[in-house]
Amino acid sequence: MAQTFLFDALREAIDEEMSRDQTVMVMGEDVGQYGGSYKVTKDLYEKYGELRVLDTPIAENSFTGMGIGAAMTGLRPIIEGMNMGFLLLAFNQISNNAGMLRYTSGGNFKIPVVIRGPGGVGSQLGAEHSQRLEAYFQAVPGLKIVACSTPRNAKGLLKAAIRDDNPVLFFEHVLLYFNKEDLPDDEYILPLDKAETVRTGKDVTILTYSRMRYQVMQAVEALEQKGYDPEVIDLISLKPIDYDAIGASIRKTHRVVIVEECMRTGGIGAEIIASINDRFFDELDGPVIRLSSQDIPTPYNKGLEDLTIVQPAQIEEAVEKIMLGRL
Amino acid sequence: MVQERPLPTFTATPPQITQEEGLIVYEDMLLGRYFEDKCAELYQRGKVKGFVHLYNGQEAVASGVIKAMRSDDYVCSTYRDHVHSLSAGVPAREVMAELFGKETGCSKGRGGSMHMFSKEHNMLGGFAFIGEGIPVALGAAFQIRYRKEVMGDASADQVSAAFFGDGTTNNGQFFECLNMAALWKLPIIFVVENNKWAIGMAHERASSQTEIYKKASVFGLPGYEVDGMDVLAVRAAAKTAIERARAGEGPTLLECLTYRYRGHSVADPDELRDPEEKQFWRDRDPIKRFEAYLLEQSLISEAEIKSIKSKITDVVEDSLTFAEESPNPNPADLYKYIFAED
Repeated sequence: MAQTFLFDALREAIDEEMSRDQTVMVMGEDVGQYGGSYKVTKDLYEKYGELRVLDTPIAENSFTGMGIGAAMTGLRPIIEGMNMGFLLLAFNQISNNAGMLRYTSGGNFKIPVVIRGPGGVGSQLGAEHSQRLEAYFQAVPGLKIVACSTPRNAKGLLKAAIRDDNPVLFFEHVLLYFNKEDLPDDEYILPLDKAETVRTGKDVTILTYSRMRYQVMQAVEALEQKGYDPEVIDLISLKPIDYDAIGASIRKTHRVVIVEECMRTGGIGAEIIASINDRFFDELDGPVIRLSSQDIPTPYNKGLEDLTIVQPAQIEEAVEKIMLGRL
Repeated sequence: MVQERPLPTFTATPPQITQEEGLIVYEDMLLGRYFEDKCAELYQRGKVKGFVHLYNGQEAVASGVIKAMRSDDYVCSTYRDHVHSLSAGVPAREVMAELFGKETGCSKGRGGSMHMFSKEHNMLGGFAFIGEGIPVALGAAFQIRYRKEVMGDASADQVSAAFFGDGTTNNGQFFECLNMAALWKLPIIFVVENNKWAIGMAHERASSQTEIYKKASVFGLPGYEVDGMDVLAVRAAAKTAIERARAGEGPTLLECLTYRYRGHSVADPDELRDPEEKQFWRDRDPIKRFEAYLLEQSLISEAEIKSIKSKITDVVEDSLTFAEESPNPNPADLYKYIFAED
């Protein structure tokens, strides 16, 4: 067992799948000779050649559409968004073609494509490079949306996404690429539609995903000191949401705090609260608390940026509040 | 009278077509025309819904290009896609049933007029937004080269054809895809059907350079100006482009000068276009012109023309009966086809 960075775990996943299946290829800006802006495709150009690790011009909507056309006709492209925010330029292709085309075509074509890359709020990258597109894309039918958070789940999930016959939007977080972890020596694949229980507990269910998992776990350390026993669930799959896992936890804790990095309005949490009310209302002791990013373009100034996203102290406070509400 | 751009005369080797090929092309053009006439009638009678864009007048382009291709080549269309689908081999029954929203339609009634698909016939779609089909067609072309070079598939010599209009040539995807196709020498043909009008926007009011074929040279691929009312000229140009693509020499752009006889869609009152302009193009009707050529070359007789017309009428009528008698999709299948496993 060796410590592996998250970016390298992703690289291993792509390498293993490319060597296993000749139809798997990577395309995007600077994925080839440059090795990827976060080195996720480092050395793969030398190993697999320029057609399988295709450096594209800066033309997001057209190369995304090209990947979809290649997927419709038999390849399994992995399309890298150098920054997932750039894929706003490919919104039409991701929505109309990746998401809806199978249905619109009455099942004529399948679209086994993975669209992956870094998202989330980094460190003072400014508004355009700090987007959380998962919230924008969640309404598109036909897409699967996954957010990895550890080297281990990054590798197992990306391998599953590549093998899946559906279009998968795969979100990595710009601040997590250098997280390190021991990975299993043997090959493993993780299910795309299952949440991951990070910590079991009985007091309150904290639902989170991607980098916010680490903000939550910082808060949990402090909460443990105060005698609380929270359950932490990393959603992993943002579409479809694993309501089996959420339901099982709510039946135990009867309290829910959602911690997300997307904006509050139209966010992932908004959808989850609505569905929890539909499915598990009678199990709740009180309203679900939602901690989201502020509804503003992410500011550059460090102090303002910190105010924009959820901090551990806010999570701590929210858990204490929901626990006191029971007393 | 509008000053019309002179239609190019075809000056290469005299167009040659065998009797067998000529009849295939002639029947295909007639099928396109009769099918669309029937659609117009059905729309007026309220049988067909949605936005319906008819192809009348442009038949020489679909028939000229697609009937010069092989059945394993790829075709990618726009919202004006009925006739491209028919030429690609999708049975009239399936196209008509799709217009009726029936389960037997080529897209199982989920797509409608603007979304004809057929994997069996390598019909990559009916795309409703301007330009979005071009990258998809490019992806099919990339896949062909990939299969040949990466996977060592010697049979991978197919060609992909993307059809789109003059309006689309002001869209970024057009330029981006010309660039990538030339950069990677992909086996694709960009077929511009320049019918002069993007709904109500005249081409010369939308494009700083109206001669679209000239835009190809900027990206280093050949571009040809073709009389899109002459099926033999289109066919000859298409053959050159197809051979080039199949030989691995890369893409070609064909600008076919043509005209749509009807409005942009059946909902368009078509009040902007000058009646004289319409007449100018109707006088160059591609079907009448090809029919005259076939007669002149003794490749067909008046009696055969009559019998072919009657046969195609029957095909269209049969497609209508089939569509009317076909079942609607099962309401229980509302969510079917969202995912690959469905």
